[in-house]
Amino acid sequence: MGFFTDTSICIGCKACEVACKEWNQLEGNKPELLLDSFDNTGQLDAQNWRHVEFIEQIPDNNGVVMTPTPIAGGQAWLMMSDVCKHCQNASCLEVCPTNAIVRTEFDSVLIQQDVCNGCRDCISACPYGVIGFNEKTGTAHKCTLCYDRLQNGMQPACAKACPTESIKFGYLDDLQAAADKRLAALQTAGYKKAQLYGRDATVYGGLNAFFLLMDKPEVYKLPNAENAVLPSRNNFAGYAGGFVTAVVGLVAGVLAFRSQRMNEKSDAAR
Amino acid sequence: MPPAEHFAAPPYWEWWILGYFFFGGLSGGSYAIGTLLRLVGTAADQRAARIAFITSFLALLPCPIFLIADLGQPLRFINMLFDASSGGFAFKPWSPMSLGSWALLGFGLFSFVSFLGAVAESGWHAADPIARVFRGTVGALWNIIGTALGLFVCAYTGVLLAVSNQPVWSDGWPLGGLFLASSLTGAAALLLLLLRRRRDVDAGTAVRLELADRNFAILEAVLIVVFLITVGLAGTIGKMAGVWLLLWLVVILGLAAPFAFSRLDGARRWAPVTAPLLALLSVLALRALVIFSAQS
Repeated sequence: MGFFTDTSICIGCKACEVACKEWNQLEGNKPELLLDSFDNTGQLDAQNWRHVEFIEQIPDNNGVVMTPTPIAGGQAWLMMSDVCKHCQNASCLEVCPTNAIVRTEFDSVLIQQDVCNGCRDCISACPYGVIGFNEKTGTAHKCTLCYDRLQNGMQPACAKACPTESIKFGYLDDLQAAADKRLAALQTAGYKKAQLYGRDATVYGGLNAFFLLMDKPEVYKLPNAENAVLPSRNNFAGYAGGFVTAVVGLVAGVLAFRSQRMNEKSDAAR
Repeated sequence: MPPAEHFAAPPYWEWWILGYFFFGGLSGGSYAIGTLLRLVGTAADQRAARIAFITSFLALLPCPIFLIADLGQPLRFINMLFDASSGGFAFKPWSPMSLGSWALLGFGLFSFVSFLGAVAESGWHAADPIARVFRGTVGALWNIIGTALGLFVCAYTGVLLAVSNQPVWSDGWPLGGLFLASSLTGAAALLLLLLRRRRDVDAGTAVRLELADRNFAILEAVLIVVFLITVGLAGTIGKMAGVWLLLWLVVILGLAAPFAFSRLDGARRWAPVTAPLLALLSVLALRALVIFSAQS
């Protein structure tokens, strides 16, 4: 099961953020003036498991538009409710040394709070900056896909609260079919930049929380398919480099100790 | 090649981790040098070998303390080794942190036994059966396995950083090798510092160690260049510029010191203390700039 977030109909109301915090009893961070459009959340972290991004693509003072959209006359205000992607090939699950991060019966990725020891390796690995460290509990936190609600036959709080149905929850097959239909409609209407992100296996084997975007993934702070890579890509090269260095280092040491010994022997022979 | 994109949040691995990387590296490096002195050194080098094994264990002692202190839930450190859910072992060879936890445990055992052996070999215990065992084939085999584990502890810390999605770290796969080379440089410097006033250690041993130190420094310098090339190609080298250039200066000074002090006549009398100290600072600075710059 998963989410399909259609950013083309997100109105930035933040009902998802509020519903998430209320259901999961998240205190939220201390309010800050971020001076970043209507964003006062900043990023996903231990207290924010949903985060509505506001991306302003309107002309600056010189009338220059950075990334114009075809229909809106060169002006756009993109909004997206970001969340844990519950990746099929999850970086956090891959590196977690304690097996605290598991895949549930709903195919979501869950951090078991009673097992996590707060090493933060998952935070280092998550390419989306989803996971945060909670100082009070001393553990890593992120969206659980409302695991407790799912166990009781309810949908996640954010999807339930979304007034425009920008956040849809359901079986992946159904969501993917709905996403394909919506994308086709948008492209017919002239939104050529509209694209699905994580719908297929090109990004981390497919995302259980995938998106319909109105621009390139990078605009929404999402790595494109080329950059969506697992941490383990560096395992072989890292260890191989270490092994070669160890061999060269030991040889360098042997040469240093042996050469002097040879010198001493030849001196003694004279 | 387009620059790598990174949207990961920093894990806030800071001072405890820096301390662990530093002392863990010195411990593994000292053990390796102790084994080299024991197996390929002269009879006169054996006293220095014992000091290297003792140093290795003493440098290892703070490592688990630093690691446990860095955890959000320190009492659950045991979850690194045992799966709290299934009750079995928590062993994930593809996770450097998991592999490193086991390697540290194994190296701890080898380092501790070698420490006991070195103490037994010293002074009035020299004729003990235990001491004789450590001087024989069994001892040599023990040292070789311990060296493999010790060098792994030096290197995996770099691999741990590389196996992430952080800028700089994940762009620099040579970090494992670089940290290993740097550990050998630092350990040689530390031993030079410890041996300098010991009259019971052969002067030739210090000369051999200095030569080894310079060889390790050359290896480290080469790996720094390779690391910078990989990070440069990924387009994230700018993260290590600005204020971090001061730490780069310390790294370069530490690497250059053993060569410079041996060539400058006026500076030679300061060399036994200053060059190793600068080299140790260089080891610390390298780790600090890699750890902190990526998360800034």
